[in-house]
Amino acid sequence: MLDTSYRVEIPGGIELEAQVVGPVPRFLAFSIDFMIRSVMLLVVGIASIPFGELGAGFWFIFWFFIEWFYPVIFEVFWRGQTPGKKTLGLSVVQDDLTPVTFGTSLVRNLLRTADFLPFFYLFGLITMVSNARFQRLGDLAAGTLVISIRETAKPAEVTEVSALAPPTSLLRTEQTALVDFLHRSQHLSKPRQEELASILDEVTHSASDNRVEKLHRIGAWFLGVR
Amino acid sequence: MKQQSFEQQHQKTWEDIERLLKKPHRVENSSLCAEHYMQLCQQLALSKQRLYDASLIERLNKLVMQLYREIYRYRSESRLNLYTLFVRDFPLALYQHRYFIAIAMLVFVLPGVIAGLWIFFDETAIYSLMDFSNVRQIEQMYDPAASKLGRERESETDIMMFGFYIQNNISVAFRCFAAGLLLGIGTLLVLLSNGLQIGSVAGHLTRLDYVDTFYPFVVTHGAFELTAIVFSGAAGLKLGYALLSPGPYSRLSALRQAGREAIPMLYGIVLMLVIAAFIEAFWSSSASLPIGVKYSVGGICWLLVLLYCFSGRRFGSR
Repeated sequence: MLDTSYRVEIPGGIELEAQVVGPVPRFLAFSIDFMIRSVMLLVVGIASIPFGELGAGFWFIFWFFIEWFYPVIFEVFWRGQTPGKKTLGLSVVQDDLTPVTFGTSLVRNLLRTADFLPFFYLFGLITMVSNARFQRLGDLAAGTLVISIRETAKPAEVTEVSALAPPTSLLRTEQTALVDFLHRSQHLSKPRQEELASILDEVTHSASDNRVEKLHRIGAWFLGVR
Repeated sequence: MKQQSFEQQHQKTWEDIERLLKKPHRVENSSLCAEHYMQLCQQLALSKQRLYDASLIERLNKLVMQLYREIYRYRSESRLNLYTLFVRDFPLALYQHRYFIAIAMLVFVLPGVIAGLWIFFDETAIYSLMDFSNVRQIEQMYDPAASKLGRERESETDIMMFGFYIQNNISVAFRCFAAGLLLGIGTLLVLLSNGLQIGSVAGHLTRLDYVDTFYPFVVTHGAFELTAIVFSGAAGLKLGYALLSPGPYSRLSALRQAGREAIPMLYGIVLMLVIAAFIEAFWSSSASLPIGVKYSVGGICWLLVLLYCFSGRRFGSR
């Protein structure tokens, strides 16, 4: 249940993998959108005061559009992202990872009403945390999900590492693990790297001062550095 | 092939694609996208098979996903064809929802009629269903002795009311649909309460003999508004029914199917309610038109709406 990966086999003959997004970022995105909507309504409301009843009529229609179609328009025409979702790097997609259509986006957003019940998205929250894809009721009925399309961390540059041949033959998965260890080195603290590297002391026959460096060099070897 | 040489070999293409994806939505880009997409799918499959490390696979996965979304953005169904929607899809959806429409109509109309009759024969009954102040307000609105009779309303007031009807009525219809997700119970409650309210107002005003102000006002837009409310109820009931009795499907896929089939209904409901709001604001409110004209136009509208709603039968074999 802790795995947020969602895999779909696509017509290219491969499996695409996306990360589904849970309640907290989605609530934050909703809050941002809610503020934007409120400000829009307020600004248009103030601007329509001088036009009297004509302005009021316009404001009612504007209110209607903002209430029901604000998310639909953004999701369909702006890569599945309302401004709030864009801020948090979220995107609404169909469950085959294709972009949402007008119809599905309409269904998922109209059914927001059911998610909101009995108060403040309680049903939506309960539904969301009781399925592995974090879909609220509207998502379930429309067949949509919210994924993360945030920029991922770049792997560490490996140019300055000179390669070292491994002391013994390794399985492919083990080789990949060493390359991963090299690429992730910038995101791991020094003591943690030491700790991880020490597991392999018997294989690498290394002293405590250079065991991390040695593993990096072996990783570089498997990466193809010569 | 070692990962580093693989990366060096394709680095330039990947950067090109990343640049291409920064400015999407161009038609001339789409054939390029398809070409890159096929190459990238192969490269991603190779990287996975050769167990290249996670950061590379993640990068390629992301590129493929972006291209994939770019390619599948241009779907024919995402472009609305209004003609087929209103000539075929909406009437067909009505036909497919016919049993739900029948139930929604019963729940909407029957309690309304009963409440109306009760209130018509018992003058205190209205106060068990509505507030005293609401009753006063409605009486004033339709009082034939009221001074505004025979006087035209300002056109700006008409526009304000148009906006109000759009906001209020379509929101009610949307909520009526959404409430169906609660096993249909929510929709039944919305239909019941709206039916009761309309029925009791009609019963009360008939008892007061405000017939000539009330019925000419409601007859024309009622053709669109009352039917649209019933239709939104039917779409909501279908959602609930899909959850309660999914038939040969899983509850989830039955729900998704019901959601998909509701889409043309929703478009149709919005159109009908916009027409209703327009009529209610600019035609029904007009006080200078003779009652006979209003009844005739109202009757014609009812006839046309009903004919239109039954026109889906000819697509029924699908």
